[in-house]
Amino acid sequence: MATLKELAQRPDRFTGGHRACAGCAAPIAVRQVMAALDPEIPVVTANATGCLEVTTTIYPFTAWKGSYIHCAFGNAAATLSGVESAYQSLKRQGKIPDRPIKFVAFGGDGGTYDIGFQSLSGAMERGHDLVYICYDNGAYANTGIQRSSATPRGASTTTSPAGKVIAGKPQPRKDLTAIMAAHNIPYVAQASVSHYMDLFRKVEKAFAVEGPAFINIMAPCRLTWGTPPEETVDIAREAVESCFWPLYEVVDGVWKLTYKPRQKTSFIDWMKRQARFRHLFKPEPKTEILEELQAEVDKRWEQLLARVETEK
Amino acid sequence: MVSKTVAYTGNEAIAHGMKQINPDVIAAYPITPQTEIVQIYSTFVADGLVDTEFVTVESEHSAMSAVIGAAAGGARAMTATSSQGLAYMHEVVYIAASMRLPIVMAVANRALSGPINIHCDHSDTMGARDSGWIQLYSENAQEAYDNLIQAVRIAEHPDVQLPVMVCLDGFIISHALETVTLNDDAFVKEFVGIYKPKHHLLDPENPVTMGPLDLFDFYFEHKRDQAEAMRKAKDVIIAVGQEYGAKTGRGYGLFETYQLDDAETAIVVMSSTAGTAKAVIDELRAQGQKVGLLKLRSFRPFPYAELAEALKHLKAVAVLDRADSFNAFGAPLFVQTRAALYDLPQRPTMINYIYGLGGRDCDMSQIARVYADLAEIVKSNQTGEIVRYLGVRE
Repeated sequence: MATLKELAQRPDRFTGGHRACAGCAAPIAVRQVMAALDPEIPVVTANATGCLEVTTTIYPFTAWKGSYIHCAFGNAAATLSGVESAYQSLKRQGKIPDRPIKFVAFGGDGGTYDIGFQSLSGAMERGHDLVYICYDNGAYANTGIQRSSATPRGASTTTSPAGKVIAGKPQPRKDLTAIMAAHNIPYVAQASVSHYMDLFRKVEKAFAVEGPAFINIMAPCRLTWGTPPEETVDIAREAVESCFWPLYEVVDGVWKLTYKPRQKTSFIDWMKRQARFRHLFKPEPKTEILEELQAEVDKRWEQLLARVETEK
Repeated sequence: MVSKTVAYTGNEAIAHGMKQINPDVIAAYPITPQTEIVQIYSTFVADGLVDTEFVTVESEHSAMSAVIGAAAGGARAMTATSSQGLAYMHEVVYIAASMRLPIVMAVANRALSGPINIHCDHSDTMGARDSGWIQLYSENAQEAYDNLIQAVRIAEHPDVQLPVMVCLDGFIISHALETVTLNDDAFVKEFVGIYKPKHHLLDPENPVTMGPLDLFDFYFEHKRDQAEAMRKAKDVIIAVGQEYGAKTGRGYGLFETYQLDDAETAIVVMSSTAGTAKAVIDELRAQGQKVGLLKLRSFRPFPYAELAEALKHLKAVAVLDRADSFNAFGAPLFVQTRAALYDLPQRPTMINYIYGLGGRDCDMSQIARVYADLAEIVKSNQTGEIVRYLGVRE
């Protein structure tokens, strides 16, 4: 396993000069994922429509040093499954050299949890040898911050605005990582840009398995969340420390925590730092809702602990 | 060349043609009346008769997405669909063409919902007529088979690099048993050759970014290139059709004419109805009536100049559309044919019939009525209704 120093010295597969916002976690996630891959092995990237795609491939420029394809919003997994099938077919027939090539798809939560959900589920079920990475910032950021099924309950977005009678998004978020684990694929994990060594190790494992792998990465959007750009990584860390975003992996169906916070921090304090939850604190704290949201996080954390415990 | 004659349905002929082409990747999803193609091909895969990686996707949207990925990866890639399947993949159909990927797709034409209906009309492929795909229409199973093989060469030609739809009438052709002359495997293998794309994703020494964000500074030029490729496709369709004819005895052009040279009135139509029209023409010719037919094969590219030349001597022409373009003053084939003839110094009178929607049978009596209407128009010098409906209860 590569050390941090070795990882840092690997040549960039994804260059600077792209047009993502300052403090955007998506390019951080991409750099971490790409660095975890053996530099000798080529990778083909597929990308769902979204911030990452529009900021990194403005024709005639590209930030991607290896081969890259963007097709549409809801089909990154299906598109990449086609590329991977071409690789298997052409290699088997001797039409291309027999050497390893890796396949990775990047999609935001909108392109993964929602519009690309069926395409992702199909590709995973078919067993293609590819890694799907979701960079989860909890909204359709590219179109101007609309709610997705990854948006946490209570968050104000442009389609779940905090109003006089509704306090932000009424529904809790979908647990996509668990749904992907239910596909019984070789590797599923949840990671965060803040815990980069944990993320590196997960990406290494994901690429090492034969067959499909899925990693859901906590990747804050400072415009969506309403946080200063320099706090992106810190607010991601607090998502983990508060147990809102636990770090775990599911290897061949066995669930395992990869990081347990020493002292579980307050989810309410985490929300307090973000403008999207401001209406829950001002003009006066909506204590009942806040306590419900804290209880929801606690419940899901306890359920995860119980699951991990029984599978020890 | 050794060829053999068999009794095949249109779907069997397509599946057999696909087997002989032996594409690197097929991704497909079942839909009536295309389903048999997928099923039959699955048996070829299960029996190890083909090299194809067969991707059993969970939807047509993913079928087209996966063949796009495969073709972008340098594979020869194919699929097949019908009706709602084509509608469901609509957004990605355009992307396949704009990425200039030479995908070949068989379409067993079926009416679009709603109401739901599984039988033939052309509303599905007419809805994709401006997607940037070449569209070839087939009169019978033989033509569907021949078009499929030629489609590979047309799509992959360096001047073209556009995807091709090979259309066959659902049930009428897809499920009817007909005699079909098959080429031998070696001929097809040599005719389609080996696909060698200039750029693809699986060439790590020459990486490529495909599908970038293309704004107001370049998008228009790329669209203009697509239009130019479609224009050039016309000559390639002719050349490939001639070469195929020289080698198989079954030559193809942009359209076929039947008893047209000395005709006074004619029908313009696509696909299986052309066969019915030929039978009616034989009867009417025996009675001394100068009636003819133009069966269009290539709807995209649309051979407007050649059509004008072929139809200029006629007194009256009826264009038959198996799709409607609700109150657009005629359905697509009519609108385009009429526009193509506009610059002639002397134009035939032109009328449009919308017929056969949802699989409504278009029998010989309906076609005979069209020729009778045309004769009446010529005799009375009165056009009457320009856009008409054929075989519908009013």
